[in-house]
Amino acid sequence: MTAGTVVDGKPANERERRMRGRNRALLALLLALVALFYVVTLVRISGG
Amino acid sequence: MSEIPATSVASYAGAAVGDYIQILKPRVMSLVVFTGVVGLVMAPGHLHPVLAVVAVLCIAVGAGASGAINMWYDRDIDAVMRRTAMRPLPAGRMMPGEALGFGVVLAVGSVAVMGLAVNWVAAQLLALTIVFYVFVYTVWLKRRTPQNIVVGGAAGALPPLIGWAAVTGDVGWGAVALFAIVFFWTPPHFWALSLYRAGEYAAAGVPMLPVVAGARETKRQMLIYTLTLWPASLMPWLLGLAGPWYAVCAGALSLSFTGAAIRVWRDDSEKSARQMFAFSLLYLFLIFTLLLVDRIGGGLA
Repeated sequence: MTAGTVVDGKPANERERRMRGRNRALLALLLALVALFYVVTLVRISGG
Repeated sequence: MSEIPATSVASYAGAAVGDYIQILKPRVMSLVVFTGVVGLVMAPGHLHPVLAVVAVLCIAVGAGASGAINMWYDRDIDAVMRRTAMRPLPAGRMMPGEALGFGVVLAVGSVAVMGLAVNWVAAQLLALTIVFYVFVYTVWLKRRTPQNIVVGGAAGALPPLIGWAAVTGDVGWGAVALFAIVFFWTPPHFWALSLYRAGEYAAAGVPMLPVVAGARETKRQMLIYTLTLWPASLMPWLLGLAGPWYAVCAGALSLSFTGAAIRVWRDDSEKSARQMFAFSLLYLFLIFTLLLVDRIGGGLA
């Protein structure tokens, strides 16, 4: 898709930029949750 | 509640990450987190630091979830008021369903994690806070009665109890004292704001006290509530949770808060109400900071 293409009334690059931002935030959130659950499990197992 | 035709699906580019953060009401969240942390620190007993962080995170996310669902429900009146018109939903940057789904997922997730990682008493209190804020305050009271923020204020006062329960697994009198401080602080805080925003609330059809009963009655009730804060703010000292220096400082702060209410009573301009609103934030922050310092320092006396 070339720059300046319009999809559904919005520039495609704007839609892609927002989608990329949401995807990255979701990835960061999921990784953080995995790390959090891992640490919490270790603490609970050790009787914390 | 009417629909806001601000955005058509065809032209919708999707909400930005910043919009998702904004619907969590980060400023409200910061106050909730702070009072929750104080509840956690003041509670007798010990909680593993990792679990304490998880508890605070759950309180923050639960508060954010409440804010998101509130913004979903209130999008029609938010569009009318200047203060809230640029929020993601009334501004058309986010679809209502996105906000509702986001809020519900965060609400369920925060309660589940609190229960599994910390304890189920804290999780139940967190669930109660979310349910109370959404159904009792937002859906039931906010548009029906000028006492909306008095009863609804209980939701904002619950986080110290959640923090306390995260440590102890129950709710002690100390937690009730912290609850009382926030509960009695809420009406003068919000009514100071609504005094100089009365026109916007009236236009949106929200029956805030100045809109329904007038400025004079609002100022009278604000003054009464600042007086109820005297015993409430001294309760931690009376219960032995804080030392005499806390009592002296809390007394001085409550005296200043009542003084601000008297200035509002005498002044017909907006200036004193704006000053009181700003001071109310400082008041709560300082009271809870004093408790924190007193606890960490092992008593200031």
